[in-house]
Amino acid sequence: MANEVCFRNMDLDQPWTLEQYKSRGGYEVLTKILTEKITQDEVIEQVKESGLRGRGGAGFPAGLKWSFINRNSETNRYVVCNSDEGEPGTFKDRDILRYNPHQLIEGMIICGYAIDAAAGYNYIRGEFWEPYERFEAALEEARAAGFLGDNILGSGFNYDVHSHLGAGAYICGEESALLESIEGKKGQPRYKPPFPAHYGLYGGPTVINNTETLSSVPMVLKNGAEWFKDLGVENSAGTKLFAVSGAVKNPGVFEVPMGIPFAELLELAGGMQDGKKLKAVIPGGCSAPVIPADEMMQLNMDYDSIAKAGSMLGSGAVVVIDDSVCMVKLLERMSYFYHEESCGQCTPCREGTGWLYRVVSRIERGEGRPEDLDLLSSVGGNIAGRTICALGDAAVMPVNGMLKHFRDEFQYHIDNKKCLVDS
Amino acid sequence: MGFKSEPMITMDPVEDKSNLFTPEIRSQIDKWIAKYPEGWKQSAVMAALAIMQDENGGWLTREIMDDVAAYLDMPPIAVYEVATFYSMYELEPVGKHKVCVCTNISCMINGSDKIVDHLEGKLGVKLGQTTKDNKFTLKEVECLGACGGAPMMQIGKEYYENLAPEKVDEILDGLE
Repeated sequence: MANEVCFRNMDLDQPWTLEQYKSRGGYEVLTKILTEKITQDEVIEQVKESGLRGRGGAGFPAGLKWSFINRNSETNRYVVCNSDEGEPGTFKDRDILRYNPHQLIEGMIICGYAIDAAAGYNYIRGEFWEPYERFEAALEEARAAGFLGDNILGSGFNYDVHSHLGAGAYICGEESALLESIEGKKGQPRYKPPFPAHYGLYGGPTVINNTETLSSVPMVLKNGAEWFKDLGVENSAGTKLFAVSGAVKNPGVFEVPMGIPFAELLELAGGMQDGKKLKAVIPGGCSAPVIPADEMMQLNMDYDSIAKAGSMLGSGAVVVIDDSVCMVKLLERMSYFYHEESCGQCTPCREGTGWLYRVVSRIERGEGRPEDLDLLSSVGGNIAGRTICALGDAAVMPVNGMLKHFRDEFQYHIDNKKCLVDS
Repeated sequence: MGFKSEPMITMDPVEDKSNLFTPEIRSQIDKWIAKYPEGWKQSAVMAALAIMQDENGGWLTREIMDDVAAYLDMPPIAVYEVATFYSMYELEPVGKHKVCVCTNISCMINGSDKIVDHLEGKLGVKLGQTTKDNKFTLKEVECLGACGGAPMMQIGKEYYENLAPEKVDEILDGLE
């Protein structure tokens, strides 16, 4: 039961072309909706019913998000796709853009129809040149075939999709920062409320979903909500793209049913690299707290199981850590990342991420002080929950996870001025 | 509701834009402007800066930013804000090839330290520096979303994955 949704065309030799996409029934769902005049409410209801949750990290129910949109708003409504894939360890949306761009476009058109949007924008991170070109080529094909533009398939629905290229800023993966960025500004998150569904891009009601979420929509509507739900487990419907990297033999993106045991996913990725032993796993991208090997090997990959273990499924980025990795050095690198990527708007995050990085860094250098572990917890406590967006929280969570599970290793660094791990 | 989504329009518009950029560049920027709603030319600022950076050998001068501002009817400060916020814009000259090496966690676990050491040794510069012949700038970057091919780097628009020192040599030696 793999490759059922976003990767269903991966066995074709050029799945990114319109011809091959159509050979697997591509754009049939859209055609059905528009020609049989399936109502917008019915479409939204199906997506809601399917249990599809946001695949970018937050896991918010997609259909519910769509249902918040007031289709009678005075201002134009927009669909925005978040392809600003930047959470360290995540590399799944890149493959959707490269190998299945038409399914994303079809999903964006269906969403556009459901909320009666004026246009759709796909925000692609600036470094993703190859994926951007694939997506652009697919847009051209879709326009030429009459799936985009005025009076789509004779339905009277006018709608186009455009790509917008980022320019290197992790924070733009945060939805309101992304909207600011499309508007030609610094990517600094907005206060919420108002949420984008009420006041989003250009001040209009906006649905913003992740690439994988929107790409799942055509299959949800083609095969039905029940089918999608049955692919996964309770509260985690469907399949998920897990991007497995780190110390595994065959890293890659695997589309498997939600709820798959981690041990099976590790097998799919070829198991551990030769001579290496599993030490821990970051189950949902850099911001998700680390889980030690023994516990991880008993866990299933779904929202609830990972949450129960004190972490989160996040974007489905699974970073496999082996026993040659020093956790202090790893955390130092992660803390540097948040410090570097903090947008600077909120003081607790701008200053606090610098504190976290500097304190972890001095522990790593053998200059740690006895009070430093408590200091890290205290600084973290002064960031979490005190900022406009979740980047501050995301910087604190990996620190807390490390101190919870690998405190000994940090203490050893402080006491002995050297590393517990031979690397 | 306090927050309002509005473009930052200059008080001092340049009427005649025919002296700004070449006709080819203008038409490239115009294609981006056409994607956005009426009155939101500034949405094309990121693309305009990227186009001009490529045109100018990889970096942005103050004059270029001012021209972009004039072309999009933005106050210059609004363009500087964008140019200084995003990491792909360069505000100092860079080498002909910008070598962006990822050192984030998946790459680190797969030996990006060794790749950085090798690059620094081969090019004779540290991270953030440019070689004397202006051929290469070495830059450390955050996760580029290709962790399945770790360790990896980007040069220009290309991704190079599953790096090893010998492979790095081959790639760099192959660049003119």
